[in-house]
Amino acid sequence: MYGLGILQGLTVTFKNLMRKPFTIQYPEERIPQHPRFRGEEFTWYEERCTGCASCAKYCPLGIIKIVTHPGKTNMQEGDYYAIDVFDIDIGRCMFCGLCVEACPYDALFMGSGFEEGQYRRQDLVIPVDRLRKASKRPSTWFRPQLEDKGYNPHTGKELSWRQVGRHQQPSQEDLKEKWAER
Amino acid sequence: MLEGNAIFRNIYCLLAGNEGNAAYCTPLAPGQYGYAGVKFGLLPHGWEWVAYFVAGFIIVFMVVNAIMLSTALYTWFERRAIGRFQARIGPNRWGPFGLLQPIADLLKMLLKEDTVPKDADRWVFNIAPIVMFVPMLLIFAVIPFGKSSYIANLNIGILFIISVTTVSALAIFMAGWASANKYAMFGAVRGVAQLVSYEVPMVLSIVGVILLSGSLSTISIVESQRLPFLLLQPLGFLIFLLAASAEMNRTPFDLIEADSEIVAGYHIEYSGMKWGVLQAAEFAAPLATGAIMATLFLQGWRGTFLPSHLWFLLKVFSIVFLLLWIRATLPRFRVDQIMGFAWKGLFPLALINLFVTAIEVLIWPLPNTGQLWLMVGINWIVAVVSIVAFANILGQRSFRRLRPRTSPLAGVTSEVG
Amino acid sequence: MTLKTEPVTINIGPQHPSTHGVFRMRVTFDGEVVVDVEPVLGYLHRGSEKLAEERTYTQVVTLTDRLDYVASMSNNLAYVLTVEKLAGIKPPDRAMYLRVIAAELMRIASHLVFTGFWLNDLGALATPLMYCFREREKILDLFEMLCGARITLSYMRPGGVFQDAPEDFWPALHRFLEEMPNYIDEYEGLITGNEIVLVRAKNVGILSAEKAVNSSISGPILRASGVEWDLRKADPYEIYDRVKFNIPFGGVGDNFDRYFVRVQEMRESLKIIEQCVEQVEPGPVRSEVPFLVRPPKGEAYGRVEAPKGELGFYLVSDGGIAPYRCKIRSPSFINLTILRDILVGWKLADMIVTFGTIDINMGEVDR
Repeated sequence: MYGLGILQGLTVTFKNLMRKPFTIQYPEERIPQHPRFRGEEFTWYEERCTGCASCAKYCPLGIIKIVTHPGKTNMQEGDYYAIDVFDIDIGRCMFCGLCVEACPYDALFMGSGFEEGQYRRQDLVIPVDRLRKASKRPSTWFRPQLEDKGYNPHTGKELSWRQVGRHQQPSQEDLKEKWAER
Repeated sequence: MLEGNAIFRNIYCLLAGNEGNAAYCTPLAPGQYGYAGVKFGLLPHGWEWVAYFVAGFIIVFMVVNAIMLSTALYTWFERRAIGRFQARIGPNRWGPFGLLQPIADLLKMLLKEDTVPKDADRWVFNIAPIVMFVPMLLIFAVIPFGKSSYIANLNIGILFIISVTTVSALAIFMAGWASANKYAMFGAVRGVAQLVSYEVPMVLSIVGVILLSGSLSTISIVESQRLPFLLLQPLGFLIFLLAASAEMNRTPFDLIEADSEIVAGYHIEYSGMKWGVLQAAEFAAPLATGAIMATLFLQGWRGTFLPSHLWFLLKVFSIVFLLLWIRATLPRFRVDQIMGFAWKGLFPLALINLFVTAIEVLIWPLPNTGQLWLMVGINWIVAVVSIVAFANILGQRSFRRLRPRTSPLAGVTSEVG
Repeated sequence: MTLKTEPVTINIGPQHPSTHGVFRMRVTFDGEVVVDVEPVLGYLHRGSEKLAEERTYTQVVTLTDRLDYVASMSNNLAYVLTVEKLAGIKPPDRAMYLRVIAAELMRIASHLVFTGFWLNDLGALATPLMYCFREREKILDLFEMLCGARITLSYMRPGGVFQDAPEDFWPALHRFLEEMPNYIDEYEGLITGNEIVLVRAKNVGILSAEKAVNSSISGPILRASGVEWDLRKADPYEIYDRVKFNIPFGGVGDNFDRYFVRVQEMRESLKIIEQCVEQVEPGPVRSEVPFLVRPPKGEAYGRVEAPKGELGFYLVSDGGIAPYRCKIRSPSFINLTILRDILVGWKLADMIVTFGTIDINMGEVDR
């Protein structure tokens, strides 16, 4: 009554007038993203991928298309499949990350960016060539090995396929012992 | 009407100064008016009416353009300030601090398609924005912007303002009716009810000012304010502020356009520049209100150590900022509450104010400074007491917070699970 | 002279700023007074229940995000609880704490959205909305730390959560818990005491306790009517029996009570989160559950107290990797059933405000 509550409300808005705005000017400034951010630009390491298509099976929408053919035999790791097609239709992707969760060889990572806007729908399909050439800044989502290293895709360097595995890279001596000297 | 205006006098005398109007065109003091030569009028004798017309037109042209420009600037200011009230930034892309944003908006509106609904009354639909905007400009005809700087010294200035502002109710109804849209019709009907109701307390709150100054002319009202009438007429100021914000449909009285209820009310069907003109009228309204209130209650252009025009602008700005602050904070009334507030709240308060002021003027017809301060004290006491009393009479009993009570249905145990 | 009057029928929606999505009401007005209301639903129907039958149990989690998209954590929780009940999975303790923290943060975020938009319905030119969204952004930042997304979270999995919270989540949560009560005080200063809000909301749109219970209303609306019914107390799931909190409830069941109950619930949620942060201990966050959960044949109904009411999932399993049938009891849809009862007789402006206090979300209503 008497308008005292209204006066109190006016003081609240005046207090907020004195505060700094909480919005930012997007293209110039950016909100700091967490390393775990599930971004659009998928990071894919062909060297790690065996073409098992677990990601394609686990995708709730079935938007990952994989075509492989048997490749040459790798002395260390046995037969492997060469990837012909690895298309991700991010026009339908909902970035749930189940494909990343499914990948048993740590070959597929969520990306860190979110600016993949295109003018045509067909451009939203990421073909395998673009995945190969894309900058390798994997999100740490569902990849504790990156998180333990304190890796931040937004500030850190690009990671090669050897650095993103969940196991320690075997040393040269170990390899020699395992493969050459037995 | 225009004779007292300095610019008018200079232009008129430059064009048509001769023996016939030597009394008007001769400088009163050396250097006071720029043009002094009585015989050097550019136009021959008998063509004074052209000079009159040209001089008048130039003044009106200047003032209208100044108001349009300040309206455009005000839209920028309002958007920026409300943005800051809402803890965001506001338009800042075009020009420094986004100052060119009104220009960009204008270009956008000009380029947009101007649609007219199929069932609309085209003639009325098209003319309504103009009827809306012109009164806002006419108000400034009688506002003194500075010392001896005004368009017309109308001896019924206040009456002119009141009668001109009433036209906007007609414009709102025209726009709402002609749109052939139910939402617009709701807005129009609400608008007529609200605007007509709030005219009454608004006029009554001005009457106190008129009684104290003894004149209807805005120029002499400013000159007669030894103390700002804000001090002498606190209740009148408050009533005028509330009624004026209702008159120009701003929150908390913006239920004519109520975007959450009837989307945009009467201008729901407008697009392009017609919508732009309606919006311009809406953004010119706070400026007009600020100018009127500065003139009536804040001593107009009067002030020390600053140029009179700057004083006037400062006062207008402070009123406009207050209106903006209220707009940024408060939610909206309901339609029956808004009418009740006008007729049960503001109307009796305005009558009380008028009554007290009339008695004071009767006792002290020509008050000296001490008596003026006495009147200030009495009026403030009356204002506080009457507001508290009316709040108690009208106030909702339900403001008291009831203690929560548990229903007997509570405590039913879960059966599923 | 008598004037001939006739009622006006207006479509409020599906494109209307105050219907919170694509809800449509065919309203008949007598002047400004509402005579009849007929809700028209289905503009956002996506067939979530049918889609769930084609997805594995884990994949359905992503569908539940899209039900009530301002409270996806609660949807995840309800679904995951049901699957666990169906398959007999016991999630580890830490996972349950994390889930409760996430769900309570989501409750605060959802109530903030309600408060802001309700004030927008009241006509406050988006100022409280911006303030509320400022705090909601902080919660969304927390969620981004937790699971990498801000809206469609997909944080929970049958048998736990997908991953433990990162190191920097806990200090950020502490900071939020310290700041948030001040901000709630600020909203209350702006809204609760405001005379205009009081005259608009007090004694308007009254829903009696009897009618609320008979229409199976749940959530803050039910509690605003004075019925002290909260699934967190009445049927404790997760670790709610280990924390202390009150159930705020109202007295009259009017619009103001419905607002005020929600504001108090925000404070209670903060209390719950604080206690959870104290009690949580290190440990695993996900029990060993295969990706393709194969529950035994049977059925289960799991329910949680979502921000908008009782959210239930009813799952029937035929022993396969996908549910045979999935029925969603969405609180928004059930709460909409009282629409006609509490709107008829009030004015147009009250109608908008009362409809705002039901706090529906169209993603959940149409599913």
